[in-house]
Amino acid sequence: MGFFNDVFEIISKYYYFLLQGVGYTMLIALTGTVAGLAIGLLSGIIRTAPLSRNGFLRALHKIINALISAYIEIFRGTPMMVQAMVIYWGFALFNGGKTLPLIPSGIIIVSINTGAYMAEIVRGGIMSIDKGQTEGALSIGMTHRQTMFSVIIPQVMRNILPSVSNEFVINIKDTSVLNVIGVTELYHFADIIKRNSAKTFQTYFVVCIIYFILTFSVTRLLRLAEKKLMGKENYVICGSQSDSKAEIHVKEEADHHDD
Amino acid sequence: MMTESIIEIRDLCKSFGDHDVLKGIDLSVRRGEVVCIIGSSGSGKSTMLRCINLLETPTSGDIIFEGNSILEKNVKLGNYRTKVGMVFQQFNLFDNMTVLKNCTVGQIKVLGKKRAEAEKTALEFLEKVGMAQYRNAMPRQLSGGQKQRVAIARTLSMSPDVILFDEPTSALDPEMVGEVLEVMKKLADAGFTMIVVTHEMQFAREVSDRVIFMDQGVIAEEGSPEEIFTSPKNPRTCEFLARVLN
Ligand SMILES: Nc1ncnc2c1ncn2[C@@H]1O[C@H](COP(=O)(O)OP(=O)(O)OP(=O)(O)O)[C@@H](O)[C@H]1O
Ligand SMILES: [Mg+2]
Repeated sequence: MGFFNDVFEIISKYYYFLLQGVGYTMLIALTGTVAGLAIGLLSGIIRTAPLSRNGFLRALHKIINALISAYIEIFRGTPMMVQAMVIYWGFALFNGGKTLPLIPSGIIIVSINTGAYMAEIVRGGIMSIDKGQTEGALSIGMTHRQTMFSVIIPQVMRNILPSVSNEFVINIKDTSVLNVIGVTELYHFADIIKRNSAKTFQTYFVVCIIYFILTFSVTRLLRLAEKKLMGKENYVICGSQSDSKAEIHVKEEADHHDD
Repeated sequence: MMTESIIEIRDLCKSFGDHDVLKGIDLSVRRGEVVCIIGSSGSGKSTMLRCINLLETPTSGDIIFEGNSILEKNVKLGNYRTKVGMVFQQFNLFDNMTVLKNCTVGQIKVLGKKRAEAEKTALEFLEKVGMAQYRNAMPRQLSGGQKQRVAIARTLSMSPDVILFDEPTSALDPEMVGEVLEVMKKLADAGFTMIVVTHEMQFAREVSDRVIFMDQGVIAEEGSPEEIFTSPKNPRTCEFLARVLN
C-alpha cells in the first residue's frame, strides 16, 4: 500500500532528523519542567511565608508577592507562542540585535512559562497541608523555614507529583510552539521533512505517532513512579508485651485510591 | 520561695478584629502545679493557651516566664517554645515522619542534638507513653489515642518546663480517652507543670491543684477542685457545672 510505503520511507530516510527532534523536544520539556518546578517552589514558599514584623522586610515581602502575582497572571494569561517571540526578540533588542542561542532560549521560555503554572500548583499544595502540622512544628520551637523544609515541602512534593507529571506531558506537546522562533525540536524537523519529501499528511502522521508514544510512555512511567513514592509502607511493631524481641509485621490496608 | 511562679499572665487581652476574646486575664502558675481550665465553648480557653505559646500574639498585657517577659522583641521564640510545650486537640503530628522521627526532629533541629542521643531520649519518652513498639509506624497507621500519646512524647522529648494541653482528649473515641488521661496523670505525678484545658471534669477534679473557670473572656472563678466542684460561688460556674455534670 502506498501510504504505508510512504510512512516507512519517511522513517527510514529521515530517522536521524526525527531522533534529533525527539532528543531536543525531551531535553527542553524535561529541563523546562524541572526548572519550572524550582521557580514554582520558590515563589510558592515566598508567597505562603508569614509577613515579618519588621516594617521594611514586611513591605519588601509585599512588593515581591505582588511581582510574583503579576508574573503568574501574565504568563498564564498569554499564549506560550507569543511569549516565545517576546522573550526571544526582546532579549535581542536589549542585546544589540544579538539573539540567544536557540536551545537555551527554548529552555528559558518553557521554564518561565511552566514556573507560572507550578507556582499555583505549589501554593495550592502548601495550603492543602493542614495548619495543625505547622503549629505542631512551631510549638516545639522549629522556625518557619525548618517547618517548611522538614515537614511541609516533603508532603507537598508527594501531593503535587501528579500535577507536575501532567505539566511535563503538556510541555512535551507544547514545545512544538517553539518552532515559531526556529528551535530545532520535533515539530521543526517535521516542517523540514515535509518540505523535502513533499508528503505533508504522511509526515505529520509519523510525527503525531511519535508525540503520542512520548507522552504515553512518560505518563505511564510517572504513574509508576508516583505509586512507588506513595508506597504502602508496612511497619514493624518492635517487641510485644510478652516478648520484647518479637517483631510483628503489620501490613497496611491497600489504599482506596482509584486507578 | 514556695510560691515562686513559673508563668505569670498579667492583664492579658486578645482581640480578633473588633471581637474581644480575652478581656484581661490574670493568672500565675507555680512550678509543678497542675491547673485545669474549664468553661463553655467560645469562652477563650484555647486562645489563652495559644497566647501563652505565642501561636497568637496578645493584643495587650504581659506574659512572664521565669521572671522575664516573653513579649520583648529580643526573646528567642524557638528557645521559649521548647520550654513551654503544647499538646493539641488534633494531635498535629508530622504525617511524613515515623513516630520516632516525630520525636527526634525537634531535638535535632532546634536543640542541636546528635541523632543517636535524640533517639535515645525519644525512645525513653515513647516508652513512658507506651508507644515505643510503634516507633517505625507512620501517624496515619495509628489510632487517635496512640497519636495523642506520641504527640505527648514529642513534646516531652524537648524537655519542656511547662506543658500546655488544649482539650487533648476531645477528638478521641470514648474508649481511647482513658489511655491518654492515664499518661497525663503520670506526668502530673512526676511533677510537671501543666495547664490543661479540658472537658473531662473527673480528671480536673482528681488531678488538678487548681481549677479555673473561664467565661466570656475572663476568669470568672478559680479555686481548688474541691471549692469549684462542691461549692462554686459564681452563678455562672454553677450553671456551667450543672450543664456538664448533668
Ligand atoms: N483566629 C481567629 N480569628 C477570629 N476569631 C477567633 C480566632 N480564634 C478564635 N476566635 C474566636 O474567639 C472566641 C474564643 O475561641 P476559643 O477557641 O479560644 O474558645 P474555646 O474556649 O477554646 O472554645 P472551645 O471549648 O469550643 O474550644 C470564639 O468566639 C472564636 O470564634
Ligand atoms: Mg478550644
